[in-house]
Amino acid sequence: MLPELGHFALILALLLAALQAFFGIAGPWLGRERWIAAVTPAVAGQFVMVALAAGCLVAAFVGYDFSVAYVADNSNSALPLFYRVTALWGAHEGSLLLWILLLAAWTVAVAFGAARLPRHFAARVLGVLGVVSFGFLLFTLATSNPFLRLDPPAADGADLNPILQDPALAVHPPILYTGYVGFAVAFAFACAAMLEGRMDQSWARWTRPWTTVAWAFLTCGIALGSFWAYYELGWGGFWFWDPVENASFMPWLVGTALVHSLAVTDKRGLFKSWTLLLAILAFSLSMLGTFLVRSGVLVSVHSFAADPKRGVFILAFLIVLVGGALTLYAWRAPRLRSTAGFELGARESFLLFNNVLLVIAAATVFAGTLAPLISDALRLGTLSVGAPYFNPTFMVSMLPLLALLSLGIHAGWKRGRLKDKQRTLLRTLLAAAVLGCAVAFGIFAGARVLTPVGLTLGIWIILASLVDPIDRWRRRLSLPRAVLGMTIAHVGLGLAVIALTTVQSFTVERDVALAAGASAEVGGYQFRFEGVHPIEGPNYGGAGARVAVTRGGAPVAILTPEKRQYWVQRQLTSVTSIRMSRGNNLLVALGDDLGGGGRWSLRIQIRPLVSLIWLAAFVMALGGVLAASDRRYRALRAAEAATAHAAGPAVQGS
Amino acid sequence: MSRFLLPLAVFALLVAVLAMGIRHAPEKGVIPSPLIGRPAPQFALPDLADAAHIVDSHSLAGHWYLFNVWGTWCVECRAEHDTLLEVRKAGVVPLVGLDWKDNDSDAREWLEQLGDPYQVVAVDHNGRAAIDWGVYGAPETFLVNPQGIVVYKYVGPLTHDVWTHDILPLVPGHPVAGS
Repeated sequence: MLPELGHFALILALLLAALQAFFGIAGPWLGRERWIAAVTPAVAGQFVMVALAAGCLVAAFVGYDFSVAYVADNSNSALPLFYRVTALWGAHEGSLLLWILLLAAWTVAVAFGAARLPRHFAARVLGVLGVVSFGFLLFTLATSNPFLRLDPPAADGADLNPILQDPALAVHPPILYTGYVGFAVAFAFACAAMLEGRMDQSWARWTRPWTTVAWAFLTCGIALGSFWAYYELGWGGFWFWDPVENASFMPWLVGTALVHSLAVTDKRGLFKSWTLLLAILAFSLSMLGTFLVRSGVLVSVHSFAADPKRGVFILAFLIVLVGGALTLYAWRAPRLRSTAGFELGARESFLLFNNVLLVIAAATVFAGTLAPLISDALRLGTLSVGAPYFNPTFMVSMLPLLALLSLGIHAGWKRGRLKDKQRTLLRTLLAAAVLGCAVAFGIFAGARVLTPVGLTLGIWIILASLVDPIDRWRRRLSLPRAVLGMTIAHVGLGLAVIALTTVQSFTVERDVALAAGASAEVGGYQFRFEGVHPIEGPNYGGAGARVAVTRGGAPVAILTPEKRQYWVQRQLTSVTSIRMSRGNNLLVALGDDLGGGGRWSLRIQIRPLVSLIWLAAFVMALGGVLAASDRRYRALRAAEAATAHAAGPAVQGS
Repeated sequence: MSRFLLPLAVFALLVAVLAMGIRHAPEKGVIPSPLIGRPAPQFALPDLADAAHIVDSHSLAGHWYLFNVWGTWCVECRAEHDTLLEVRKAGVVPLVGLDWKDNDSDAREWLEQLGDPYQVVAVDHNGRAAIDWGVYGAPETFLVNPQGIVVYKYVGPLTHDVWTHDILPLVPGHPVAGS
């Protein structure tokens, strides 16, 4: 009964989304106040219905209802409760439902926040979000219904994909989707502004906190995914330039550009049409990611079960949504005029460089991701694009970006003079270069060409970012959260650059074959293989190994990698064992039984500072959240709204 | 005006590429295998019907055969069983089974109850042969030509449609001697 209730709730949600879209867009267009008043109730109703549907599916998972096809495919009577709940987004259908639920939740949040916005503008924002929600609900109901019944019911479920039975991956999709969905809000703000034909600095101020929070979530989501790939897939890498990873990275790059270009629009009223375009692009790339992952046009290690029919639907939706927004853009953007100018060395120029470089970076990733598709479509044969393409091309746009960052944060608006900052900046650069080279050539031996460059840039970003806050602190000036957030986010970036440089330069990897009791020496550590014993979990069995690590005779750690076989899916997964030692990540993965008296193959990797990559991502995200919570958005938003509302009738109908 | 139309034009181009991509999208279930176009892996495994008898891949050379990986623990294998019986009845190409990580008596009982579509079943207790064949999960089916080259692979339960539309056209129409 519950699954039918959930299905019904989803259909009601579709109808409410249609009402929300229609009233939200047509109401302000035709000036019908009563239509506009109906938008918020539709938003609330839709959220309740979607939450009910998700609740019904969770109940089916928790209650072992294997008559529901989706539950039978992704769960099992031996699956622990935690994973029975997270199995909700373990495959295509349920993860779409999660997407819709998060979108509905964001929309409710926007509706609350919109109480302070001009009525017509708020209605349009909610209307555009209604269009997005309608599309996804229709997609779910038409091609990917999670409530379909099996007749006869399955005796037991086929179990959740074993590689998804992991805490980091269980929470990764909700956080990542929250980021994607958050860009839908920026997209809706952009479309609403274009529908209204009016876009000013207050628009940028309303949009900024939403975009920054979405960006922070996306940052965390990507970091979690990378962390999971590192320890669960057992390959020991943290980034593979896989189409699915790129699908989340492209919106992140463009979203980062958007966060910065919004700052210029907010402070100086410049870059208006460019900001609009970035807002459209960030969400379009999120949608494109959805398309690539779910339509089967690209082969990836973690794509969903492919179905070309779904691909056709998403493509049609993409055409309506993105095509519509870009048409609106071509029509409205030419009217936007920026009167203010700026000098070459002013902060505006640096932010322009930031935007251009980030968009170029996104474009290179885009080209690399779609190249196999294009070559296939033109029948040029199958093409595979990997790290040898991505790493250097990405670096080409990233290095200048990192070099300009420290200058940019110290440049003043409008006028291009660094004045007294020049000296401080030079000193920080010098200190960074000395430190960077000391680390590259002193602590580690045998550095590559880019190692000192990367370390210097990373350290310089951190030092230069701290100059201003320290200065304020010494002069006992207040430190607004916006500045603090920006500083923390930039420090996070600096840390990430340092970590990526050391990991890329100083990783040691070895595959060894060891009999029980034998040792291998890797990177100054002795790894003693103490043998394998059987293990048993709730829904898997397998082999666990003990590896004692010592350094110069002193014990460092006991590593316990496992090889699990999940009973139902018969899939072997490798559980790597990782310990920190002096900033190094020691990783051991258990390979295969080579026979011959307990000889096993082991993969041993030592990656310096690899944990810092993910830590740095969380620091960046923290900075974003802090900046978004700045008082000026709340205080000024109310004031702006009051004036804009008073001026409302004058700008209407344009 | 024109520079504001540029994003739309780029998008239109992208849509065209994606649309072509969908048309060429691999059908559900077909995971490109590195084995396709390569010689089928060699094996010598006990016969399910008689453990003393060894099924040797050399003895299979010279004619077409369908290599089907299954197990009694595999729910989807039950779903494809009727199709396998249909393949046997058609008599175009013999079925060689690989009983994967299974219990022999369970497997014999399964074939007695559901009908035996196989010409011969090799037993792979420790899963070593399945690894050579790059098996993701049962059931999987491979079509091997007389030269011993894998020409087709299908992941998931074999259906009537896959058999008639994808596999049959690849096999020259005459029934193979000895099947």
